[in-house]
Amino acid sequence: MMAAQLLRGRFRERALRAGSRWGAATRRAVRNELGLALRTTAGRIGLPLVLLYLTLALIGSWLAPYSATEQHLDRQLEAPSWQFWLGTDQFGRDILSRVMSGAGSIISMSVAGAALGIILGTVVGMSSGYKGGKTDEIVMRVMDGLMSFPSLLLALLVLTTLGASWQNIVLTIGIVFTPGVARVMRSATLTLKTMEFVQSARLRGEPAPYIIFMEILPNTVPVLVVEASVRLSYAILLASSLGFLGLGVQPPSPDWGLMISESRRFIVDAPWVALVPAGAVASLVVGVNLLSDGLRQARGLPKREDRDE
Amino acid sequence: MLRFILRRLSLIGVTLLVVSLAIFLVTEILPGDVATMILRQGATEENLAVVRRDLGLDRPAHERYLSWVGSAVRGDLGDSYKQKRPITEVVRPRLSNSAILAVFAFLVAVPAAVIIGVWTGVRRDTWGDRAISIGSLVAISLPEFVTAVLLIVIFSSTLGWLPSSSIILPGTSPLTRPEILVLPALTLTGVLFAYIMRMTRANVIEAMQSNYVRTAILKGLPMRRVLFRHVVPNAMLPTISVIAANIGWMLGGLIIVENVFAYPGLGRLVLEATQSRDVPLLQSVTLLIAATFAFSNLAADLCYAALNPRIRYA
Repeated sequence: MMAAQLLRGRFRERALRAGSRWGAATRRAVRNELGLALRTTAGRIGLPLVLLYLTLALIGSWLAPYSATEQHLDRQLEAPSWQFWLGTDQFGRDILSRVMSGAGSIISMSVAGAALGIILGTVVGMSSGYKGGKTDEIVMRVMDGLMSFPSLLLALLVLTTLGASWQNIVLTIGIVFTPGVARVMRSATLTLKTMEFVQSARLRGEPAPYIIFMEILPNTVPVLVVEASVRLSYAILLASSLGFLGLGVQPPSPDWGLMISESRRFIVDAPWVALVPAGAVASLVVGVNLLSDGLRQARGLPKREDRDE
Repeated sequence: MLRFILRRLSLIGVTLLVVSLAIFLVTEILPGDVATMILRQGATEENLAVVRRDLGLDRPAHERYLSWVGSAVRGDLGDSYKQKRPITEVVRPRLSNSAILAVFAFLVAVPAAVIIGVWTGVRRDTWGDRAISIGSLVAISLPEFVTAVLLIVIFSSTLGWLPSSSIILPGTSPLTRPEILVLPALTLTGVLFAYIMRMTRANVIEAMQSNYVRTAILKGLPMRRVLFRHVVPNAMLPTISVIAANIGWMLGGLIIVENVFAYPGLGRLVLEATQSRDVPLLQSVTLLIAATFAFSNLAADLCYAALNPRIRYA
């Protein structure tokens, strides 16, 4: 439904300009999106938050006042002070430094996982939708089957068998997201493939992969941008939940989810140990959601109300 | 209607077949040998062979899959590898504990969300509506364990009103100590409420702008009647499918919530099974959760079809 709405707007004009090609279209779309997002309140709050965390992800451990693993064993579970701005944990490690250094792993996992899911889902959904018929039917049934797992459960299952590591978490998020993305991209493809520029490409005798990736794909960029922003926030939720369950980055490297789960025992005496990483996860996801809502509002689309996991 | 139900039931059969195959493939054919997972690194080749024979892993994969599905259909889920007793026995008390928690959360979240959703939809863009919208956006953005931590800090550490963990003795029902259910249920309720509320609100707004509502207002019906005869029934249709979709989400949320509060339900069992590498137990519980999800979707589709004839005959 959403895809259809996107196809209707100013983007149909672009679709009719069959000349628009991949690279240029992407760059223009991204620049348009960010400009658009800044016109809404949600975007004006969300974008700086997202940029803040992106900065932390890149140079957080360099900016941090202490090393993330440095233990001050005489200063355990200390409340926030001038020396340790956000307090210390059960090993006397500086919580601010751990949160700053931990941004890199969660953000890189979420971004890479969401990207993998988008790529896999796009390839599956577009090929299936373009091909149509029996193949489409079978592929979508398999995707439905995958979607009938709660996503955390599927992730748990895959990750347990593969073993927890950065690459495996990314792979897991990618697999979990594939069916949802495939469904969206399939419906976008179904709408586009009846359009004249696709039919003319077919009459020219272009091969199917060329039509899918060079004719249809550039025209789905707006759908993809919205889908990517939604997926990114799910990916952060999923990655931090996996970390919380002990299937994230292994200690002593800082993982926000794991920091929270380890702090459960001290929550009565030292609530900051739990509250700081909790606040970090929360503000990151709120930032991404606001940015994605900003993108939608700017384009006059309804806000996201569903949670298709 | 009967044809519709039959078609949907056969689709569920297909879905569950795909699901069981996926579970089997993921746990048995992905790299990572079950026997090595159980014995960890450093196991001798003979030990591995013994474990494989015990689990029946020396048989070919398709044979194991068929016998697993075959006995699962007959209600026999096999034995838990770690606990050495039938999985049905292990699962039953956990299932009822989870169901109690889920029902509790649902009974609070759904009516409240629908009522407030209608209210904010009718009074859109007032201050009350804005405040609730922002609050629900934040609630959606918080992972369950963050919500749980906040609730524990507020209600256990600071106010001391409620226990911060929900451990119950094996064999006792959580209903004997209802206070332990409040925080886990509240955590689940928060996000559920936010989703259903936002969906209801959006649908009410859409219905309010429709021609039939304009007609109803213009022909002089009292507002109350317009609302309950025309707006709410139409707005509820899409909301039902969102409620169903949220059942699936809630099953995932249970995994987190039960582990935060150490509540002995299915979600905690899943994690225990993964930690102890109890593959048969993990497969069964996963299948059970997926089946619950599939049937709750079916229930939603049936409600939807009962209310909307267009779907039935499509």
